[in-house]
Amino acid sequence: MANPATPLGSSPGANEPTVHHAVAGHAHGAGGHAQAHHPKLQHHFYSMEQQLEASTLGMWVFLVTEVMFFGGLFMAYIVYRTMYPDAWVGGSHHLNVYLGGLNTAVLICSSLTMVLAVRAAQVGSRNGQIVNLILTILLGTVFLVVKYFEYASKFEHHLVPGPHFDPTLPTAQQLFFSLYFVMTGIHAAHMVVGIVLMAIILVMAWKGQFGPDYYNPVEISGLYWHFVDIVWIFLFPLLYLLGFHGGPGA
Amino acid sequence: MQEARHSYLDAPYGIASWLLTKDHKRIAMLYLISITIFFGIGGLFAAGVRLELMTPEGDLVSSDMYNKLFTLHGVVMIFFFLIPSIPATLGNFLIPIMCGTKDLAFPRINLLSWYLYVAGALLTLGVVAGGGVDTGWTFYTPYSSQSSNTNVTLAAVGVFIAGFSSILTGFNFIVTVHRMRAPGLTWFRLPLFVWAQYATSLVMILGTPVVAITIVLVMAERALHLGIFDPKLGGDPVLMQHLFWFYSHPAVYIMILPGMGVVSELVAAVSRKQIFGYSFVAFSSLAIAILGFLVWGHHLFVSSQSIYAGLVFSIITMLVAVPSAVKTFNWAATMYKGSITWESPTYWVIGFMGLFLIGGLTGLFLAAMGLDIHLTDTYFVVAHFHYIMVGGAIMAFLGGLHFWWPKMTGRMYNESLGKVAAILVFVGFNLTFFPQFVLGYLGMPRRYHAYPAEFQVWNVMSTLGATVLGAGYMLAFSYLVYSLFKGALAPANPWGAKGLEWEIPSPPPTFNFDEDPIVTEPAYNYKPGREVHVG
Amino acid sequence: MSTAHIGTVRLYVTVFAALLFFTLITVWVAGHDFGWLNTPVALGIAVTKASLVVIFFMGVRYNTPLTKVVVIAGFFWLFILFGLGMMDYVSRPWLGVPGR
Repeated sequence: MANPATPLGSSPGANEPTVHHAVAGHAHGAGGHAQAHHPKLQHHFYSMEQQLEASTLGMWVFLVTEVMFFGGLFMAYIVYRTMYPDAWVGGSHHLNVYLGGLNTAVLICSSLTMVLAVRAAQVGSRNGQIVNLILTILLGTVFLVVKYFEYASKFEHHLVPGPHFDPTLPTAQQLFFSLYFVMTGIHAAHMVVGIVLMAIILVMAWKGQFGPDYYNPVEISGLYWHFVDIVWIFLFPLLYLLGFHGGPGA
Repeated sequence: MQEARHSYLDAPYGIASWLLTKDHKRIAMLYLISITIFFGIGGLFAAGVRLELMTPEGDLVSSDMYNKLFTLHGVVMIFFFLIPSIPATLGNFLIPIMCGTKDLAFPRINLLSWYLYVAGALLTLGVVAGGGVDTGWTFYTPYSSQSSNTNVTLAAVGVFIAGFSSILTGFNFIVTVHRMRAPGLTWFRLPLFVWAQYATSLVMILGTPVVAITIVLVMAERALHLGIFDPKLGGDPVLMQHLFWFYSHPAVYIMILPGMGVVSELVAAVSRKQIFGYSFVAFSSLAIAILGFLVWGHHLFVSSQSIYAGLVFSIITMLVAVPSAVKTFNWAATMYKGSITWESPTYWVIGFMGLFLIGGLTGLFLAAMGLDIHLTDTYFVVAHFHYIMVGGAIMAFLGGLHFWWPKMTGRMYNESLGKVAAILVFVGFNLTFFPQFVLGYLGMPRRYHAYPAEFQVWNVMSTLGATVLGAGYMLAFSYLVYSLFKGALAPANPWGAKGLEWEIPSPPPTFNFDEDPIVTEPAYNYKPGREVHVG
Repeated sequence: MSTAHIGTVRLYVTVFAALLFFTLITVWVAGHDFGWLNTPVALGIAVTKASLVVIFFMGVRYNTPLTKVVVIAGFFWLFILFGLGMMDYVSRPWLGVPGR
């Protein structure tokens, strides 16, 4: 749900206090606020603080929708794992724990660089923002490249559900792999959206638009990024680690 | 044409200024036009269904075509009319004003939500043009994911996008109500309409994503053969039903809670009295929203869900009726010894209360698992939900539309016609749907276009009723549109009602208030003694 | 932003190191057969890692109580889905299913 088929270049809610419109010079003289108009203050807010609080709350409400979105998939996982424990372990056996673990480490690193990018904006370090945002984008891309190789290997080994699925494997493993592809696929789609978002933030940071008095977009994009990391933190043990110790299963 | 006043309607001018607007009031009007169109389309499908059902044989359309008629009727009415109706029109228009602020928290996202609605709606029109879809609006697997050869995927994408639109509306309202209320406007001074919209928004946020992922899974199964629900692989079609109804039951509260909010406003205004038990009504909205998430299994009583789970869901479903009953009692208690004036909104509101009562009580019949086994998938269920969604939600929507029409458009409509339409709708509605309770009790299944001859008299009554109902809607549409061109200019407060929206001009200026309001009074602060108002 | 709480680089790097450490632990545990304990331990570690990200990287500990309620409500709602949904599957052998 977070990424309709046509990425708009920004995830709704993430970029909302968008910096493309300066509000200075707007003729409406109403309102009782005495403070000077920050150029990024939107007209319907009375202070930058209210604007930041509103956008942070908004992003969290949006992330709750994402929790429920992925939650449906986790529900399906729980139901089928309970029904077919052996097929679940067997299916998990086919996944490469080292690649999965590498990807986990990559995302954790990217979360660090992300939070450092936010911090750089908060303290007004333009270089800090740029370096960390670039690193975040690079790490995200590494994640996707690794995923690509993993998917390619699944195709090669006839692990894609459907008419070409390996007939020697139990049919319930097709359920496992269906969920594997949908869960990691949707996660990867969220990563793509996240990378595009970061690229936009990078351009804005390059132009020096963020500082201690205005860093909303970096912060709320960061929230989105960390959320995508958290989803992977759960996907990794549930999909990859299940069959690692060679329990029963094909 | 009378001279137009300077308001959000005419400044700035031009179609581009409307299509790129950030003004919540303009977005509300854009939505109003869109959902009215889709109400008409959904109504056409209903007309097709009712025409076929006039005769016991399936002689007007083939059974495949009939499947498409009721499916599209459901999809269009639920996703493209009822769910957006009050929130996206009245909610968008009124919430910032009732909160004493200039706009919603995220105006651009508000506009985006309208564009997403339009995109989903156009895709659905594409489905209609492309031959329709025949799975029922509930698109159960494995039929929808494997067997149906109609435009399931396209319809699914349309609904998915419309769902996203709904999420964005809800999220905007939540942040606005939390963070943008005017000074002095505490939660317990808010109009109950805002409480109801807030509760609705909670449901939108927490429930819609689950149906979104369900749609994705069905599409994945259909298009990519990733058989998540495929019984041949060991998949469970009932899992799809669990995921689907986890949203779709709370969705019915998305459809009725805003209506209840409207009714609270109208009851207070036409009775000129503070709502009886304001905080009970406020908390009941939240209770309905929360409890509504715990009852979805009552749609799965005969699906092979376990009896134990059925028991639990049955009991909780009985509980969820309680807050609705609290509200109904409180509305009645408000009207008792109130100074009731018989204006057109009064007719709509009283119509709501009677019809919602019947609809709600018949829900209890269906909540009892033992009784539901016999009544499920019969016309009893169809009658029950139409009483709530049409007799309840649509009457409330129309009542609210009439009540706030002068505010939104700056025009007064013809009062007498407003009353006539309310009566026509009420009579037509009962004639359409009460016979369906009888039909269901007698055993006529839903979604069938051919039936035993002994049911014909009830079906004919129902179709006649639908004609009267349709006439009532068309009458309302006519005089409301007419008023835009020839209606008298509306004063700021034609009903003599209390509320921030009545203290600003009709129609309001773009930024709502000349000075940020500071609120010191409770809501519905009517003084005793009749206020004389100029209509 | 006068009210912003700016974390130190040291804090973030410490949390990062903890996250990597927990990842190593969870992989190590998964590689050994601890019977029924494997799953709860893996989930427990995942929850711990997620909590570290939420509290420190996402800054929730400095957010308003409302934000905290929103975060908790999101996860709580998930448990409603899991709990009442699994209630069906788990209880099917108990009283049976209508019609069987």
